[in-house]
Amino acid sequence: MADLLWLLIALPLAGALFLHFFGRYVRDPLSGWLASAAIGGAFVIAAIAAVPFLQGGAEPLTIPLWEWMPAIGASFELLWDPLAALMALVVTGVGTLIHVFAIGYMHGDERFHRFFTNLNLFAASMLTLVLAGNYAMLFLGWELVGLCSYLLIGFWYTRTTAAAAAKKAFIVNRIGDFGFMIGLMLVFAVFGTLSFAGVFERAGEELTGGMATAIGLLLLVGAAGKSAQIPLYVWLPDAMEGPTPVSALIHAATMVTAGVYVIARSAPIYEFTPLASTVVATVGALTAIWAASIALAQRDIKKVLAYSTISQLGFMFLAVGARAYVAGVFHLMTHAFFKALLFLGAGSVIHAMSDEQDMHRMGGLRRKMPVTATTMAVGALALAGIPPLAGFWSKDEILAADFARGGWFYFLWIVGLITALLTAFYIARLWVLVFMGEPRWEEGHPHESPRVMTLPLIALAILSVVGGLVNTPFRLGLEHFLEPSFEGVHVQEAPTDWLTLAVLAGLSTLAALAGAGAGILAYNRPRERWRRFEESFDPLWGTWEQAYGVDDLYGRALVLPGRRLAEVTAFSVDSKVVDGAVNGVGRMVRSAGDWARPLQTGFVRNYGVLFLAGALVVVVWLVAGG
Amino acid sequence: MVETALFVVAALAALGGAVTVVLARNPVYSAVGLLGTLFSVAVLYVVQLAHLVAAVQVIVYAGAVMTLFLFVIMLIGVDKEEKRVEPLPRQRLWVGGLAGVVILFAAGVALFGDFVWVPAAATAVDQNATNGTIQAVAEPLFTDWVLAFEATALLLTIAAAGAVVLAQFKRKRA
Amino acid sequence: MVPVGWYMALAAALFLIGALGMLLRRNALVMFMCIELMLNAVNLTLISAGRAMNDLNGQVAVFFILVVAAAEVVVGLAIIVAIFRRRATASVDELSELRG
Repeated sequence: MADLLWLLIALPLAGALFLHFFGRYVRDPLSGWLASAAIGGAFVIAAIAAVPFLQGGAEPLTIPLWEWMPAIGASFELLWDPLAALMALVVTGVGTLIHVFAIGYMHGDERFHRFFTNLNLFAASMLTLVLAGNYAMLFLGWELVGLCSYLLIGFWYTRTTAAAAAKKAFIVNRIGDFGFMIGLMLVFAVFGTLSFAGVFERAGEELTGGMATAIGLLLLVGAAGKSAQIPLYVWLPDAMEGPTPVSALIHAATMVTAGVYVIARSAPIYEFTPLASTVVATVGALTAIWAASIALAQRDIKKVLAYSTISQLGFMFLAVGARAYVAGVFHLMTHAFFKALLFLGAGSVIHAMSDEQDMHRMGGLRRKMPVTATTMAVGALALAGIPPLAGFWSKDEILAADFARGGWFYFLWIVGLITALLTAFYIARLWVLVFMGEPRWEEGHPHESPRVMTLPLIALAILSVVGGLVNTPFRLGLEHFLEPSFEGVHVQEAPTDWLTLAVLAGLSTLAALAGAGAGILAYNRPRERWRRFEESFDPLWGTWEQAYGVDDLYGRALVLPGRRLAEVTAFSVDSKVVDGAVNGVGRMVRSAGDWARPLQTGFVRNYGVLFLAGALVVVVWLVAGG
Repeated sequence: MVETALFVVAALAALGGAVTVVLARNPVYSAVGLLGTLFSVAVLYVVQLAHLVAAVQVIVYAGAVMTLFLFVIMLIGVDKEEKRVEPLPRQRLWVGGLAGVVILFAAGVALFGDFVWVPAAATAVDQNATNGTIQAVAEPLFTDWVLAFEATALLLTIAAAGAVVLAQFKRKRA
Repeated sequence: MVPVGWYMALAAALFLIGALGMLLRRNALVMFMCIELMLNAVNLTLISAGRAMNDLNGQVAVFFILVVAAAEVVVGLAIIVAIFRRRATASVDELSELRG
């Protein structure tokens, strides 16, 4: 089976290429099914290849494909270990479900097959990223998913907002990538190679504390860009311009988790820099609470989920920053399930409401769309962290590990707890506003979505319920599964004594229930009542709704000066200096010509004088001994 | 003795002719002056035993070429006088300057430099070696330089044809 | 024996006179005559130097120059005639269309 692992990347890539060239000859739903089959096939292969790790005792494999840049230890090689297997399974599994959903969602779009071309390309890129055996190949995948994100956010490119959002995503990502690249250069400078095997084995010998911190922080910069942490998160809310399956796949389940993956993968480096790890965790915690507060006040259903994603990614960063790598990856997996579910459900709602996204104009949809309502309720409970759903187990493990770490991490634990409360509140608010109460819409007849869209919802709902059971304190299945990937690295675990665990779990459950309860109470009433509730928090509510004005701040502090600089360069430097120099050269040539022209008098006798003078010079030279 | 006398006379005649060419107002006078110079130079050739060349000089140059010149002068009616005023500004200044430089240079070289007129001159003059009889000149002409000889023949043909083309009357079509 | 230097000096003088004449006269035909003068000066130089070097090739060279000069005169005069037909002038100063 290991020989076939390259198919994991090749299958969706082949799908993308085929659809790119021949997609227009294939009838609409068929291209979607082809793409789904490609990624579904990859899932099957990944599942079969992961079995050895499930049974325990299997060694990670490095599978070289071909040479790329041997001088820096970069080649196309795959690393197949439990961590990579888990990521691959999440990407392909959730990805397949989203592909199928998209067949229904994108129905009727005139660029239907192009959408699936890009989706498959994204899948191939993401798999390149997670299966990479060295930092160079990982970075290749990193950039490619950024490209696919750009293509998919701006899929409806005729919309200026969509085009602007795509550009913003790419540029902000680029800023992160800058730090990332410097980090990679440092890795190369220290280790002389970029391959994981080469770097991680010798991490102990070659790394100094300072260098490790530098690398750790630079990788964090890149991860913050890709995974939308402070201060590089501003692209993610705008990215909601893309079709909802894109938001589900890329901006919830997979691409944005790449940053978490990189930090987890680089654990041997972070092993030597407690400072950088702490910074990672702090950034994560701050982002979590920051984004959660913004999500409280959003009116657009997708924006709530976007900020929720940022917030949950913050949790994951908190985990890997506290060296609780297993907890972080666990939450990555469960989050993929319920966040994809929530996004797809939102897509279902938007589809039924003829592209309306403002929650203030929804309401009472649970009778019209029972399946969507039920599955979204499951997703909401999972996100809120209500036991025994998946979100509870993973979020709680993170919080418990933080608590166990102690010190500064007590403070971060409290932040996490508060965030959990806020999370429950805003997701309850979302669900109630959309599905409960009296309808606040007039025209249109919303109806349940077709089976091709509801079946993936149901599948994800099931996963959101049982997915957490792979790693409970009763049976730490995932931890054992991931052991080979974190050999030699000190992994922070949750406390093992039942009392502490019970207290911590109780506290987080309490927070979740409190938040959810408050949300339901506040919003399950007539519109004027919750309107007044919101206004009672002003001006805080307004600040949250405006996302603290961060975009505006960036605009004024960064974008505007940049634009002014461009204007100055274009109109002053380029027009006057550069053009002036070039034109000046032309003018000089012309005046040189004007100066030399009087020689051409047209009179033969003048020319004769010149002849004679020249001949004279030659003669003198010859006679004088030349 | 004889040679020196002949040289002096011929030299003076040549110079006189040359000056006439340059200074005469009437082009016909210039032509006559040139004729004189040509004859003098032919004499000088004979003094130096270049008999064939002298003969050719007289027949071709003085005979044919100058005749041609005079014909053309008469043909296009430019036997008029040329005005003394120089229309081109500073032309005479330049020419005078150049002439001055040349003379100064020549004088300087002759008087102060160890100037040799013919560096490759042989120490003894062998009269027979440069006795330019027809036979003597014809020999290298038809052996070493036969290619050049044929080429010049071609050249003459082309020149003649070219001259006819250049100067023909263009008749107007009726 | 007349030293070869005298011949060469005479030839140089003739050449100089010819050159100056070419630059000072406006009549095309007179200018042409000055050119002939210069050619003759060169011929004289060649003969004299050949004599000093005991080399007959000097005379051979002069022979060729004579021939070429004749051809040149033919063509040159034809051109002057052609120009005069157009413009009724033999002054070279009138032919200044190529002035910059």
